[in-house]
Amino acid sequence: MSDLILTPNLAKPDDFYAGWLAAHDGLTKAESDALNARLILVLANHIGDNAVLADAVEAARLTGDAP
Amino acid sequence: MTKIFEIPLYPYERSEDQDQTTPARRKVVVIGAGPVGLAAAIDLAQQGIEVVVLDDNDRVSFGSRAICFAKRPLEILDRLGCGQKMVDKGVEWDVGKVFFDTREVYKFELLAEKGHRRPAFINLQQYYLEQFLVERVRDLQVEGAMIEIRGRNKVSAIGTHPDHVTLEIDTPEGSYNLEADWLIACDGATSPTRSMLGLDFVGRVFEDNFLIADVVMEADFPSERWFWFDPPFNKGQSALLHKQPDNVWRIDLQLGWDIDKEKEKRPENVIPRLKAMLGDDVDFELEWVSIYTFQCRRMEKFRYGRVLFAGDSAHQVSPFGARGANSGLQDTDNLIWKLKLVLDGNAPESLLDSYDVERIHGAEENIMNSTRSTDFITPKSEISRIMRDAVLDLSEQYDFARPLVNSGRLSVPCTYDGSPLNSADALDGPARSRPGSPCPDVALGDGFLLDQLGIGFTLLTIDADAPESIEEDGITVTRLALSVKDDPTMALKERYLGDNDSAVYLIRPDQHVAARRPSYDDHLMRAAIRRATGKE
Repeated sequence: MSDLILTPNLAKPDDFYAGWLAAHDGLTKAESDALNARLILVLANHIGDNAVLADAVEAARLTGDAP
Repeated sequence: MTKIFEIPLYPYERSEDQDQTTPARRKVVVIGAGPVGLAAAIDLAQQGIEVVVLDDNDRVSFGSRAICFAKRPLEILDRLGCGQKMVDKGVEWDVGKVFFDTREVYKFELLAEKGHRRPAFINLQQYYLEQFLVERVRDLQVEGAMIEIRGRNKVSAIGTHPDHVTLEIDTPEGSYNLEADWLIACDGATSPTRSMLGLDFVGRVFEDNFLIADVVMEADFPSERWFWFDPPFNKGQSALLHKQPDNVWRIDLQLGWDIDKEKEKRPENVIPRLKAMLGDDVDFELEWVSIYTFQCRRMEKFRYGRVLFAGDSAHQVSPFGARGANSGLQDTDNLIWKLKLVLDGNAPESLLDSYDVERIHGAEENIMNSTRSTDFITPKSEISRIMRDAVLDLSEQYDFARPLVNSGRLSVPCTYDGSPLNSADALDGPARSRPGSPCPDVALGDGFLLDQLGIGFTLLTIDADAPESIEEDGITVTRLALSVKDDPTMALKERYLGDNDSAVYLIRPDQHVAARRPSYDDHLMRAAIRRATGKE
């Protein structure tokens, strides 16, 4: 059973988004990709639950343009 | 100085089988005198079974090849009479360093658990293992065991029959025919036996080349494993440095896919690469250079009637994690006691099908682990390289990222979960000794638990009553009675009892647990013995 939260859970969504965007200011595409990759790993470790992470991967995979 | 791999250790000698008008019949024939074939033969001979080993060569392998031997294979080699020689000669190491680009990103220590006779790993050139195994064969011959190694005996044709195998063998003095009740093919990744029988070998090919070099040098690098991701001396690729005995250092350099192998192997191309890695001022001598590509694949089955495949002939993995020779030794360890019971008429032939089930499980685990290491070491897409580099960057600063760094997951023995030989776990005990597991070692007084397990089945009782010996349909089980009171380290309790006050374990000849309960029950234990020998 997964506890992946897919309902609004960020207290200040605009603040999070702005902070994340600011971290990418002035970075090249390669530097931004690397930053995002490190961020995924930091967050994954914080979550720490493989079932939740697998569901998160799946939730991401099944949205956007992905087949 | 003449190196061991230059001396014919089992030169061709004419065998009486070559002068027979009708082919001689041998109990077991093993093809291949590498580590796996020799281990199989020694195990058979130690149990009084006649065995002939055929090899198309007459000496040990050239170059270090398999260099990392893990604890479980060393325990198996203890039973085969070679463990001590391995550990005496080998280099023990417990520190690893990981480099990324120009930086040392972190250092780790393999913290070995106490109470085991053997270390987690030793480094030793494969040719030493082969030499020790050949020496063991010679000792067994002196003791009168029916074991023979026939050098320069190349099998050129194989015929399979329901109850035997026929072989045509080429020698320097012409060819002869031989029959065997059972054939064990340990003839390596390119197994001619497999080809002659037209059997499949499917899996994933990795499009990469690695240069391996054995370098002899007087250098003050410590006995550590050094792994580089994307180093300045091998941009975009990886490198590994590992110490072996005799001042021999093993270097593996990833070269990429699109290269000219013959050109890369030439000393004038190898030496500048090594100088860039080791520094200009280090004097070294090249002992062996080879280029390899690898595949992760296995045969669909390891048993085809009277033909059994073991080691690289049955499964091939990438070298990351030292799972080749280590898993091959676990194959024969699994196979030989079963073959012995079948040969003696004490178990049905179908017991050998459990070799398939259990060792395919092991091969799958090894293939999965070595494939994952390969994907980390040699990223196959842009995003996989970005994530890999992110892990390495984080690992320099944060502990959490270090377990994600995968430069090879070092070989640990597999637990045969779900094996048809296991009885249901009836003890709420430690997971590590559940049915299917290899017995964890425990220091007991001056000795060790594993050394007290015999060549047959053992009934290990810990603070529990049981008969000294049980006979069940031709199988003898001998009791080993222990008490947690005799173990001040409490490792016996921790590894075998957990919260229980007592336990009874049925242990197979290969030191894997077949069944466990809190106390002895004659009816259930006999059922477990029948189950562990393929009788129900």
